[in-house]
Amino acid sequence: MTEQAYRRPAAGTHPANLSPEYKSTVARSPSKPAVILPQTLSEITGPLRREERLDAGESDLTKQRMAAPLGERIIVQGRVLDEDGRAVPQALVEIWQCNAAGRYHHPGDQHDAPLDPNFYGGGRVRADEDGNYRFVTIKPGAYPWGNHRNAWRPAHIHFSLFGPAFATRLITQMYFPGDPLLAFDPIYNSVPAGARARLQSSFDMEATQPEWALAYRFDIVLRGRNATPMENA
Amino acid sequence: MSHALTPSQTIGPFYFGTLANTYRAELAPPGVAGERIELAIALHDRDGAVVPDGLIEIWQANSHGRYNHPEDRRNLPLDAGFEGFGRASTDKAGVARFGTVRPGRVPWPQGGLQAAHVNISVFARGVLNRLATRLYFDGDPALAEDPVLKLVEAARRPTLIAKRDGGGLWTLSIHLGGAHETVFFDG
Ligand SMILES: [Fe+3]
Repeated sequence: MTEQAYRRPAAGTHPANLSPEYKSTVARSPSKPAVILPQTLSEITGPLRREERLDAGESDLTKQRMAAPLGERIIVQGRVLDEDGRAVPQALVEIWQCNAAGRYHHPGDQHDAPLDPNFYGGGRVRADEDGNYRFVTIKPGAYPWGNHRNAWRPAHIHFSLFGPAFATRLITQMYFPGDPLLAFDPIYNSVPAGARARLQSSFDMEATQPEWALAYRFDIVLRGRNATPMENA
Repeated sequence: MSHALTPSQTIGPFYFGTLANTYRAELAPPGVAGERIELAIALHDRDGAVVPDGLIEIWQANSHGRYNHPEDRRNLPLDAGFEGFGRASTDKAGVARFGTVRPGRVPWPQGGLQAAHVNISVFARGVLNRLATRLYFDGDPALAEDPVLKLVEAARRPTLIAKRDGGGLWTLSIHLGGAHETVFFDG
């Protein structure tokens, strides 16, 4: 059996594909187990996006339009690292979110809440050599969805990361600490109980800027590498 | 292991428009070596309904079989302007389209080569974890010896094989469930 370059996720980390409380999973989750694949060059390489040019303004979602968006300005920062605590240098971090009223800049979002002409809701940043990233944005609102009666998504920011390989690709969501809606959210609760809290950011007083903005910290941990080379049969 | 892995969540329905403007359906600018191909990747749910709010990403080697990545240390040419990464949303008909070049073959760790393939990630509302699969090319004589296809039961192999639809257009239907459920990989 070939050693895997990237460790398999520990049991109890990711949601089950079929999480029936989240109704959309019923018709959109494979019923057969994934075929276990030895990692080859196809899996241990992946898009690094190093040549993607980022505009400095992309990390400040409050400055992408004519004026400041409505809502509570916040700083969201953290570190991209692997399971061994090693930084993922230069990681491309992409985020998207709704506005302060809970409405996405998206034609399909029919929520009866105002669009904010000064808030688009998409951002990108490249982490530094130590994996540190930082965004300035506004706190997203809660929004209703049709999953069940009186269903509301807790405030969240969507995150997308590539990491060093095809095998490390991750899309997730960041939540805010102590949100009372977390207890009722089938998407958050699709994550096994022992791992859920990792999706909550923490309030960061140290990074909070006086007279300006609260800060939240969200570290993102991608799959770590096995110590042994992958071709040790 | 000192740090615990961040769990996965769905991309949700509203990424389009706000997920930053990094869509790249055209992978190979003029001048990139290789056979030009178009890919049409259709996404269906368990009941056969199209998935119009999905996101498909592809990752592939260039026509020489070289990945643009430091882990690929083989002495094969890299093509300027060709990263090998594409990202496209599915449209109302559930189809994501890419323009690229046919990839070359890449090695199998125990020796020999894999058949030419494109690596695919599938994201959608209702999909809580990234689903990884592959696209192979119908009629490729190397399919019979591909070590990954050999891991898949014969009856399910066709779910991974794109068909040529005339003029360089290759189509593949990905089914998230149902009788034609696609083979997904845990790599
Ligand atoms: Fe959302």
